[in-house]
Amino acid sequence: MALLKVENLHAAVGDVEILKGISLTVNAGEVHAIMGPNGSGKSTLAQVLAGHPAYTVTQGSVTMDGEDLLDMEPEERAHAGVFLAFQYPVEIPGVTNAYFLRMAYNEVRKAKGLEELDPIDFYDLMEEKLKVVHWGPEIMERAVNFGFSGGEKKRNEILQMAVLEPKLSILDETDSGLDIDAMRIVADGVNQLRRPDHATILVTHYQRLLDYIVPDFVHVLAGGRIIKSGGKELALELEARGYEWLTGMPEAVAG
Amino acid sequence: MTTATMPTRVGNDQPSVPFADFMAERARGAAPEWLAGFRRRAAQRYAVVGLPTSRDEDWRFTPVLGLARESFATAMVSGGVTAEALKPFLLGDERSALIVLVDGRFNPALSRIPLLPAGARLMSLAAAIAEGVPEVEAQLGQHAAIETTPFVALNGALFTDGLFLHLPANTAIDSPIQLLNVSTGGSALLAPRNLFLLDGGARASVVESFAAIGGTHYFTNGVTEIVLGANARFEHLRVQREAKAAWHIGLTEVSQQRDSHYRSFTLALGAKLSRHDLRARLSAENVETLLYGLYLGRDEQLLDNHTAIFHDQPNGNSWEVYKGVLTDRAHAVFNGKVIVQPIAQKTDAKQTNRNLLLSDTAKVDTKPQLEIFADDVRCTHGATIGKVDEQQRYYLKTRGIAGRVAEGLLIWAFTAEVLAEITDAGIRERLETLVRAELETMIG
Repeated sequence: MALLKVENLHAAVGDVEILKGISLTVNAGEVHAIMGPNGSGKSTLAQVLAGHPAYTVTQGSVTMDGEDLLDMEPEERAHAGVFLAFQYPVEIPGVTNAYFLRMAYNEVRKAKGLEELDPIDFYDLMEEKLKVVHWGPEIMERAVNFGFSGGEKKRNEILQMAVLEPKLSILDETDSGLDIDAMRIVADGVNQLRRPDHATILVTHYQRLLDYIVPDFVHVLAGGRIIKSGGKELALELEARGYEWLTGMPEAVAG
Repeated sequence: MTTATMPTRVGNDQPSVPFADFMAERARGAAPEWLAGFRRRAAQRYAVVGLPTSRDEDWRFTPVLGLARESFATAMVSGGVTAEALKPFLLGDERSALIVLVDGRFNPALSRIPLLPAGARLMSLAAAIAEGVPEVEAQLGQHAAIETTPFVALNGALFTDGLFLHLPANTAIDSPIQLLNVSTGGSALLAPRNLFLLDGGARASVVESFAAIGGTHYFTNGVTEIVLGANARFEHLRVQREAKAAWHIGLTEVSQQRDSHYRSFTLALGAKLSRHDLRARLSAENVETLLYGLYLGRDEQLLDNHTAIFHDQPNGNSWEVYKGVLTDRAHAVFNGKVIVQPIAQKTDAKQTNRNLLLSDTAKVDTKPQLEIFADDVRCTHGATIGKVDEQQRYYLKTRGIAGRVAEGLLIWAFTAEVLAEITDAGIRERLETLVRAELETMIG
């Protein structure tokens, strides 16, 4: 069974339809890259999968492990194993990373009927998880994303992903605004978290990230539809030729 | 919600002056002459102005005329407070000084005064008056003028006891001094009064708290005067946990000399009506004044914070953050006055008041009041009234955190920002626990 199956997905904000019939099958162990010009609907797809309340699904279906994802609240999707790394992670002043991560971890455990971890055991767990993003324990005492640089925010998303061990990770433009060192750390983290029972969807505008996280499939989204799918070589072709040869229009007005 | 309207004046525009009979009784006491004179002037002032009405701008949202309709007694002989009963209200550690006022009177058996630096005084104010400590006569009432509010005058006429602290130049008391006011009576009028004098370069911190052990419908009307000499540093925590049916009115007046540093954190949780005036006068150059506040209101509580910062001289910094969380039909009032005199150039003043409303019937009246007469200054203010941030809520949901847990976390986060400003880690943790428990009750 496919891990994620998206069929003819249409979604709108108010009266404006943004996704106009997306179909996509993601199997466990795979990495899919969703590429496309600005305004093509890439981030909308990521947010619809996570359950953002601003978007209304008007048609189509999404299942994960055969279960209807669209019927679930965002937190239920998280409990089921969906993780969205935000393009713009939200700051929560007043809550430490330690407290936040433990709470998120325990909420997911609770939903699975597992015992919660106390702060001491959780600290031990974090020692391992912090290595994924090359961080020391200091980061645990800082408020969630508050006063973080752009790169730190993205690393913090990957840290959360490492802690929550999702089945499906969706990375929304995680490479945007990163310098090359930060991108290496983020990509390294994502690669460490690849497992045979886990799949990744990378939403990105540029091919750059795909040098570090090699996808199995590349899909080009434009105007709310997938207009081309291929292997990793498609990303290189896009890098060389831009999006115009596929969309038939200059990027500035695409989508 | 709409606040119940009170009659603006009782009778034919005559001031409402309850408690006047207590004054005669108090005046008969064997006070030293200077004090008798002070009490007389205060009583006269109070008799002229009476209780404030809703026509007084500073009391527009805070109806206090109801005080005249309740019957209070001056504090009776109290008893029955054990050291054990105090424990839930203690915030400092075993080594710190503890001054306990039971129904407005110093209780030596419950108090603890450690070894002090040479020349320092830490004692009951009444005892300091009886002993004839010259600084008391010289300073008492010199900072919080009886004209400031009718309640300052009322306190002047009636105050019983409180803490007198005097630190000579360059001395310090490291552990925070705990000053605990407890009420045991049913309906007493309590008038505590404190005087803290820190000479040049002295350092101390005081946690002034108010709690009830048996008291229910009482009325606390306190005044605290703080005088900071050049380069003195003082941290002041004020924790108001009065009984839910009590009235609490308090005024703190701070007078700051050159290079001094005053840091305040006020927490208001209790009383059906609570009003605290915090006034800081930056009367010399290069003074720093930091005011943090948190108020949590539920049921029909009214929580009023009035702050006034007087930038009288150049190069003063004032930084103020007050936050409130309100539910049910609670009502908060915030008024932040900042006055920058023409001479007070290079003043840097920032004021923030943020409010979180958890119900549709909770209400806030917030008003910045900046009067700036100097041109080379930086003064900013901002006030917000709102609900829990939707983006934060969604972010938590995507991490599996939702419902009451998420709500609690976000409301906690809102309050934690000001709690983090408490310097002493032990006190901070105890107050955090207290706030968490109160928020639990509020979220339901």
